[in-house]
Amino acid sequence: MAYQFDFTPILTYSDVLLRGVVLTVELILVGGIFGVLLGILCAWARSERIPVAAGIVAAYVELIRNTPFIVQLFFIFFGLPAAGVRLGEVEAAMIAMVVNLGAYSAEIIRAGIQAVPKGQWEAAASLGMTRAECFRHVVLVPALRKIWPALSSQIVIVMLGSSVCSQIAAEELSFAANFIQSRSFRAFEAYLAATAIYLGLAILTRMILRRLGDRLLYRAARHAALSAGRAVAVGGGAVHG
Amino acid sequence: MVEFGTLDILRNLIDAALWTVVLSVIAFAGGALVGLVALFALVSGRRLPVMLARGYVEAFQGTPLLMQLFLIFFGLPLAGIEVSAWTAAIVSLVLFTGAFLAEIWRGCVEAVPKGQSEAAQALAMSYVERMRWVILPQAMRIAVPPTVGFSVQVVKGTALTSIIGFVELAKAGTMIANATFEPFTVYGFVALIYFALCYPLSFAARRLERRLHVAR
Repeated sequence: MAYQFDFTPILTYSDVLLRGVVLTVELILVGGIFGVLLGILCAWARSERIPVAAGIVAAYVELIRNTPFIVQLFFIFFGLPAAGVRLGEVEAAMIAMVVNLGAYSAEIIRAGIQAVPKGQWEAAASLGMTRAECFRHVVLVPALRKIWPALSSQIVIVMLGSSVCSQIAAEELSFAANFIQSRSFRAFEAYLAATAIYLGLAILTRMILRRLGDRLLYRAARHAALSAGRAVAVGGGAVHG
Repeated sequence: MVEFGTLDILRNLIDAALWTVVLSVIAFAGGALVGLVALFALVSGRRLPVMLARGYVEAFQGTPLLMQLFLIFFGLPLAGIEVSAWTAAIVSLVLFTGAFLAEIWRGCVEAVPKGQSEAAQALAMSYVERMRWVILPQAMRIAVPPTVGFSVQVVKGTALTSIIGFVELAKAGTMIANATFEPFTVYGFVALIYFALCYPLSFAARRLERRLHVAR
């Protein structure tokens, strides 16, 4: 039996699909930015062994990393209202993404912080920097540089995980695919189109993150190395002159 | 109305968790087989197998597991193969697991120093002999911690099969939450049971990693 592909419903409902893509992109942006910020904060609390906070962070990281995203999402969307916290589906989806990525990125970033040589902390301390200043100005960028590829793949994984948000009726890409297949009965085409878009988004996200890393982390390093080189050259020139 | 207490909720959830375990074990075992085949293709150095395996890994790592599940659940019937939720769940989880394991293991094979392969080649070992006696035994050691670590992702991945109607822990949670109007308690318990399944695996992975690091 040869199956007749028919992609016309995809075109008919392209506006639904587009709206789905927009919400998926919003979810990646909010989840990615705030998730990584939360991760940095948690990694800092844990690596500095801040009393109470470090313990809470450790529990949070283990709990999130060892439970499925869909259960976290259901707990936030269906469970929390029972405790008096009522959320819209998009807010719930965004919170779930941030909370999820926060836990994973905390562990990844912590590994990066641990990989920064102790001498860096000591040198900064001898310049009179506080621990927080040292973390912000000396340690953070080299730490992120070490783990940027791992962090990028984690962001892509969380982005793909956002497809589950359709289950609480957040109208993102996979919701659009469900909608189209329920209207047109062209399930295979609808899901194939959505899957292809996800693949494109994943490749695009990875590319953007690589560029962003180059811009924010690696170029800064090259710039520093370059100006250090120039200082040496100028100093050398002075000796010869 | 039948009384349905907290203890009943927990008992029913634990019963359903058995299916999560069964599904995880099958997915992991099947995924390991598929992953092994893909691994050999990836490291074969021949153009066509490498390209096919790369395509497979990219396709399954770059798309959501949920979409893979839907495509198999809705797609195979169109090819004339009737699929139950059970079949679709197994097939998609096996393919998903295989793609990730192949990529993890490729990293481990490549982590074996190149000199090892060159030395074996200098001893006139064939490709198969080199793999069998020199590369794989060393790669396998490196592969243990990340493989155990990835099994956590497999267990968590099984939760998605609830969406196509497979009754495991997550689905049972939804059903019980709808019946009892106690979503906070029910989803709390569901999360805790998943945690009880996954945490030992995460813990073992970390322990193994540390031990391996010390030994090296």
